[in-house]
Amino acid sequence: MSLLTVEGVVSGYGEMQVLRGVDLRVEDGEIVSIVGPNGAGKSTVMKLIFGLIKPWEGRVTFAGEDISGMAPEQIVRRGLCYVPQVDNVFPTLTVEENLEMGAYILDEPLKARKERIFELFPRLAERRNQRAGKMSGGERQMVAMGRALMLDPKLLMLDEPSAGLAPLLVDLIFEKVAEINETGVAVLMVEQNAKRSLELAHRGYVLATGKNQVEGPGAQLLGDPEVARLYLGG
Amino acid sequence: MDPAVLPRSVLLAVPLYLLLVVVLRGRSALVKHALAAVVALALAAGLSLLLPAGTISYVTTFLLMGSIYAVLTLGLNVQWGYTGLFNIGVAAFFAVGAFTSALFTLKMPTGAAAAFTQQAFGFGAPFWVGLLAAGVVAGVLALVVGWPTLRLRGDYLAIATIGIAELVRLVFQNERWLANGPQPLRGIPQPLSCLTGSGCDWLPGFVNAFFDPLAPRDYPYLYVAIVALVLFLVYTGLERAIRSPWGRVLRAVREDEDAAAMVGKNVAAFRMQAFVVGAVIMGIGGSLYAHYVVAIDYGHFDPLYGTFLIWVMLMLGGSGNNRGAVLGALLVWAIWTGTSFLVDALRPTLEAISPVLPQRGPYVRLLLIALLMLFIVLYRPRGVLPEEKVVSLTRD
Amino acid sequence: MVGARPLPRSRALRRAVSSVLGSRWSLVGLLALIALVIVLASSAQGVSGTRMLGLVVRGVLLGGVLALGALGVTLVHGVLKMANFAHGDYMTLGAYLALAIMSVLPPGRSVFGLGFGYEFLVALVLVMPLVGLVAYGLDRVTFRRLRQRRSAPVMMAMAALGVAFGIRSIVYMVFGADFAFYYQGRPRPVVELFSGVRVRTDQLFILAFSLALIVLVYLLLERSKVGKAMRAMADNPDLARISGIPTERVVFWTWMVGGALAGAGGMLYGLDVQLRPEMGWWLLLPLFASVILGTIGNVYGALLGAFTIGIVWQVSTAFVNPAYGPAAAFVVMILALLVRPQGLMGGGR
Repeated sequence: MSLLTVEGVVSGYGEMQVLRGVDLRVEDGEIVSIVGPNGAGKSTVMKLIFGLIKPWEGRVTFAGEDISGMAPEQIVRRGLCYVPQVDNVFPTLTVEENLEMGAYILDEPLKARKERIFELFPRLAERRNQRAGKMSGGERQMVAMGRALMLDPKLLMLDEPSAGLAPLLVDLIFEKVAEINETGVAVLMVEQNAKRSLELAHRGYVLATGKNQVEGPGAQLLGDPEVARLYLGG
Repeated sequence: MDPAVLPRSVLLAVPLYLLLVVVLRGRSALVKHALAAVVALALAAGLSLLLPAGTISYVTTFLLMGSIYAVLTLGLNVQWGYTGLFNIGVAAFFAVGAFTSALFTLKMPTGAAAAFTQQAFGFGAPFWVGLLAAGVVAGVLALVVGWPTLRLRGDYLAIATIGIAELVRLVFQNERWLANGPQPLRGIPQPLSCLTGSGCDWLPGFVNAFFDPLAPRDYPYLYVAIVALVLFLVYTGLERAIRSPWGRVLRAVREDEDAAAMVGKNVAAFRMQAFVVGAVIMGIGGSLYAHYVVAIDYGHFDPLYGTFLIWVMLMLGGSGNNRGAVLGALLVWAIWTGTSFLVDALRPTLEAISPVLPQRGPYVRLLLIALLMLFIVLYRPRGVLPEEKVVSLTRD
Repeated sequence: MVGARPLPRSRALRRAVSSVLGSRWSLVGLLALIALVIVLASSAQGVSGTRMLGLVVRGVLLGGVLALGALGVTLVHGVLKMANFAHGDYMTLGAYLALAIMSVLPPGRSVFGLGFGYEFLVALVLVMPLVGLVAYGLDRVTFRRLRQRRSAPVMMAMAALGVAFGIRSIVYMVFGADFAFYYQGRPRPVVELFSGVRVRTDQLFILAFSLALIVLVYLLLERSKVGKAMRAMADNPDLARISGIPTERVVFWTWMVGGALAGAGGMLYGLDVQLRPEMGWWLLLPLFASVILGTIGNVYGALLGAFTIGIVWQVSTAFVNPAYGPAAAFVVMILALLVRPQGLMGGGR
């Protein structure tokens, strides 16, 4: 049984249809990457999985349970956490407070969890009492990811984690994604930087015009010149 | 038959005629006006003959106040309905118009009266001068007030306008030298009141003779004709304006300010114009009010009567729609006066709850109106008449 | 930028002027200027230093009460993105609920050195959660539905006005339109603070209690989970949902805290001055002036704004008709909006 399955999903915003039938799955512990041109609906798929948009058709299951259209508050309890692309930190809260918000639903002391996040992102440990809004793009991305990891999710969803970052930081972020995955957390990410993300991913999906176009192991997709030409801009 | 019935019917026919002219659109002009005149006269005469004097008198005063509030609501519609300006300080312009008209038309008190009444000025001018002055002064106030505040966004503008209304109220309450505040300013002259008395010397003899049977208590019939005429002029003027290129820009500004600015329209100027035009109309409404109630003080223009009630009228009728504004005004005025009957009818129940409650009837009515507003906002936000699709008459 | 031409002198000058004008310091400067004008005007009118000092002290007092209301307004605006025009009437509600409670309790002797008995304190303790619950209840029935529909701000504002008038009408119906007092004919001890400035001990209590509540709110927002969640929701409501924060529960606590503060503020104001059904509506303008001056949504700003407005209000009575006090607050607010619309604590320089 796959950890996450998305079956035949059709949806959009208001009256505007964006997804025209998307299927994908993520297995335990793997990294799956969704790539494709702008406007393909990649971010929309993420929002739909996480309950921010309701599916018009099709369904989403997580760990065997149908979570289609479930509220984010419930989804988070089941081990699925999400990092949006923009506005992904609480700017007036400190780094530490941002992390605490990630584990709000828990009633236990959070010290151990916070320490684990700080081990993963040592740069954040130095800045734990700084306001998240005053940090650089890369650091903010780390805060956002840290916040999502506080609940020890089984699956972490990342929406364009490398967007707007300098190349050095892009390397760092992808390194961290690999590190996170090594601890057993599955990762589903949407990425504009197709090359880097497919290099990292176990499997990839190419999405265009709201539908799956191609699917396969990351390396295979990377190597396929057709895919590269049509969807990845060469 | 009471000889007063004839002149009364003729006067009552005026608002009915104007109403029919507006409603019967799309017919050829001559036919339309003739038809309207005939039907109006017939209707007025019929009502005068069939209904008891007390009832028809009540209907007249109802139409009168409803029409005055309709003018005010039309003013708000220009500001909010058409331009999206969030003005919760309607009372300021209403009050300023009323007091201006009063001061222009009153004479300065002399002799013994001067001990009781203080005024900043009193020109003893005719009614129409007061009416125009009311509009002008309200417009000037809007200009002064709008310059610093119109650039503010939504909620901030709302608070600023609340502040202005409070400021105006405080001034009329505390500045004795201005308009006798907090005491009422009394004896505001009523236009053409001579017709219900011994006749107006500046009118031809046959007119005086025709209206001779009227007594002073018939004055509302006369005034309703005047008010209906003003309402008619304001309404048709606005309907024209909204279909003009100017009106188009206003609507564009409300829909999408950035787009309007990008097309090169001076958005700030248009907002100011709409604000001022709306204020002028509210001032005119104030003048009509003052000359009807004859004595005014700051309490007439409190947040309920001066602002909230008018917003309820506009929201119920449907904003962005002049017909809706007028309809809403009449409807809500009907509901407001209806609550008076309701509270009277419920008197025994109120007594049972508490002996002091019946005398606090006005506050029960206030609660009912507040509930009405909540009802509208929750269940009928678009009002009774939806915003109409407006087709412009001329190309830009 | 390569090849960019320098801006024409006039445009560069205008930009420089507006950037200076919009800075935080120019707003502070404006307030200092107002203070200077007030001092000059009052000395020109021969107002004594003692009186001025006394007015400043009264202003601080009033500021404490305003702060309680302003905190509620700013919290609600931050978390719910709504300008609550009914907040003044929540204060009225608190004041009159206390009157009702105190009328059924047997009156006691004055508490040590103050002008009120135990029943006032009992009412204080009861009224705060009561008003909080009423505020939450009203939200459930009206504002929440509008939020879910993503209604335009004008609808929310009209709903708030409807609630405001509704509460006021009920107060009128139950208590009538006359003034009311918590205590009449009871001696109200006075104490001299310094150099001839006198205050009532009640007023010291009011200030102390206001400050205590303010400290509690600070602790709530900085140290408690719910308080941090309130700040998180004010920052980014979508992310708050995404993080799994139970937003409805946070909304509940926002109204409880805001309502409780309003109820306490109303009671304290009633103790100091008097009760009238319009008391809260008349405070609405100074409340919003405080909040806007201190940047809407910013808790510290609300405090700063409240004390500033309170002082300006009281001090202006030295040379204008005291009835115009709220008007002075209004003028300061307008000037602040013109110079720096984002307020003292807002973003930017």
